[in-house]
Amino acid sequence: MDIVVCIKRVPATDTAIKIAADGKSIETAGVTFELNAYDEFALEQALRIKEQLNAGSVTVVTVGPKDCKKQLDDALARGADKAVLLSTTDWMYDGMQVASALAAWIKTVPCHLVLCGRQAVDSDNNQLPANLAGRLGFACVTEVGKLTLADGAFTAERDIEGAREVVACKTPAVISCQKGLNEPRYANLKGIMAAKKKPFVEQPAQLGARGMEIVALSLPAPRAAGKIVGNGAGAVPALIAALRETKAL
Amino acid sequence: MSDLYKALDFLNVDELYTDEERMIRDTVRGWVSDKFLPVIEEHNRAGTFPMHLVPELGELGVYGASLTGYGCAGLSPIASGLICQELERGDSGLRSFVSVQGSLCMYPIWAYGTEEQKQRYLPKMAAGQLIGCFGLTEADFGSNPGGMLTKAVRDGDHFVLNGSKYWITNGSCADVAIVWGKLDGVVRGFLVDKGTKGFQGKGIKNKFSLRASDTSELVLEDVRIHKSQMLPGVEGLKGPLSCLTQARYGIAFGAVGAAQAAFDEACRYSQMRIMFDKPIARFQLVQNKLVWMANEITKAQLMCWKLGKMKEAGAMQHFHVSLAKRNSCWMALECCRLGRDILGANGITDEYQMMRHMCNLESVITYEGTHDIHTLIIGRQLTGCDAIM
Ligand SMILES: Cc1cc2nc3c(=O)[nH]c(=O)nc-3n(C[C@H](O)[C@H](O)[C@H](O)COP(=O)(O)OP(=O)(O)OC[C@H]3O[C@@H](n4cnc5c(N)ncnc54)[C@H](O)[C@@H]3O)c2cc1C
Ligand SMILES: Cc1cc2nc3c(=O)[nH]c(=O)nc-3n(C[C@H](O)[C@H](O)[C@H](O)COP(=O)(O)OP(=O)(O)OC[C@H]3O[C@@H](n4cnc5c(N)ncnc54)[C@H](O)[C@@H]3O)c2cc1C
Repeated sequence: MDIVVCIKRVPATDTAIKIAADGKSIETAGVTFELNAYDEFALEQALRIKEQLNAGSVTVVTVGPKDCKKQLDDALARGADKAVLLSTTDWMYDGMQVASALAAWIKTVPCHLVLCGRQAVDSDNNQLPANLAGRLGFACVTEVGKLTLADGAFTAERDIEGAREVVACKTPAVISCQKGLNEPRYANLKGIMAAKKKPFVEQPAQLGARGMEIVALSLPAPRAAGKIVGNGAGAVPALIAALRETKAL
Repeated sequence: MSDLYKALDFLNVDELYTDEERMIRDTVRGWVSDKFLPVIEEHNRAGTFPMHLVPELGELGVYGASLTGYGCAGLSPIASGLICQELERGDSGLRSFVSVQGSLCMYPIWAYGTEEQKQRYLPKMAAGQLIGCFGLTEADFGSNPGGMLTKAVRDGDHFVLNGSKYWITNGSCADVAIVWGKLDGVVRGFLVDKGTKGFQGKGIKNKFSLRASDTSELVLEDVRIHKSQMLPGVEGLKGPLSCLTQARYGIAFGAVGAAQAAFDEACRYSQMRIMFDKPIARFQLVQNKLVWMANEITKAQLMCWKLGKMKEAGAMQHFHVSLAKRNSCWMALECCRLGRDILGANGITDEYQMMRHMCNLESVITYEGTHDIHTLIIGRQLTGCDAIM
């Protein structure tokens, strides 16, 4: 089975976000980037499927600026066979445009399964997997928490409001991965050394028309300072009064 | 990554490393955050090493990482140095475990062993399925190992070993001990397997330092080993000393990691701790301490990088390593002392890692050649006069 894993570079989750001078993007100077956590589940699942079948290939792809090479290298070190950078000049936030670029490229390569994270934790748009599946004409199962493969067909389990849904699905398919699906492996040091010998393709992304545009970004209003009502058990009445005042009780 | 650790890199020394070196460093850093730091304090309290992590470290590939073949990763000297840095950011005991396994045990087998010895030991040691220890020091011969009393005598196809070794890291948990002893008055290396009759490791208890590390005495009473268990490729003190050069190289990087941990903790604390209505980071004396730490860490990072480049080029000599080992251990220990001061009373508890690192570094500055012995090695190189003996 030839598997494509779509990954994205996102600012580390502990980054203190600053808004850039243009008022609609974030200041990237001093920000450390990492592989989107949900994409790690997707990559791990792809590697496990390949190991289970003892055949096929795992290709990681991203749409983004050249700096994304680091995250692709990381994926190669963990065991992906090939990396593809569909390069853009800017940070990509429009799921529509990214899906169009990915679909255009996926159509040119052998692919039975596309695995993605359920969402990218930077823009949280949560639209790429379904959008991509639509463009490719593939089946689509999102936010999968358990995935098994037997006799060429997948059984996917996903949490829905108050219940667990079990879905059967054939390839070709796009599956988006939820936390809990697996525990992603570490790259081992030999893997890191082997990564530099693996194929790395860079080509310009064929971006379709823009579907949306960020017109303004603003930070949430700073939280009001906390208030210390006293110390020890004696402070309980004051605390209750304060909570009543704010209608928390 | 589960902790908030930010490694100090004031002069962007990062830029001097290759992409792979950075990736290897980051991988080990992440592993230490995720797997090691959550368990270290409990092991430090109990005086135990987290043995369950030994095979995992093998999977990661850190044992003998700079060696080639036999399941080893074949990494650059700088990459293997950075592994030590990240491991020691966790705890000197963790780095010690890996240094002993790789530099002190796998290295001599790799460099001086027979093909059969290599095949038998190295792949399993690289995988963490077999643990080694290195027995050089004796209770009465530390800085002067050449005076050792442990000796071997021939008996047909066998050697019979008698003597004892003290302060041996991994001595009780090891599956194989590299014991240095005299045969006809000449120091030779012997591979003694666990369970060999007359051979025993006994843990040294009640340490203040390197608590999360097995430090033991090895006792050898009429231990009979087959003659194929001697390392044929080296004679004299040069054997163990060449291993120490490898391990000291790792310590030079390692201690930088401990210092970075100290700096990170102290700097973070100074920004949070309010005294006289201000974060203590606002006080000049506190800044002075943090700046001293950052200054020394940065110098040590650059010294280690240069040492790594010299090792890569085959130009590194043992006295170069002495300079870096001496400097890194000293500055790291000073960083922890200053950091402990910044933490005030909180710094004396194990809610914070500062004092654990500080206590550990008292061993690190002592083993593999004390600070003063390295001073004399460098002094001898500079002046041509030997002040050690
Ligand atoms: C936790 C721990 C783990 C260890 N692990 C190992 C191990 O795995 N394998 C192993 O073989 N050893 C190991 N050691 C032993 C270590 O290498 C020795 O402790 C070290 O070499 C110092 O020897 P010593 O303790 O006998 O000190 P001594 O040699 O007695 O030194 C005491 C003091 O005298 C000074 N001194 C000695 N000679 C001179 C001189 N000529 N001129 C000036 N000053 C001098 C020293 O600098 C030091 O300050 C370990 C030690 C510790 C603490
Ligand atoms: C074992 C132990 C026993 C103790 N016993 C007692 C006891 O019996 N009774 C009791 O009352 N207390 C006791 N103490 C508390 C002790 O007196 C305090 O820990 C000490 O006063 C320091 O306060 P702190 O720990 O809050 O550190 P902090 O005041 O938070 O100091 C942290 C760091 O900031 C520096 N700093 C603070 N202010 C400034 C400034 N203005 N300019 C420059 N630098 C500054 C300090 O020098 C230090 O390096 C004990 C402490 C310990 C560790």
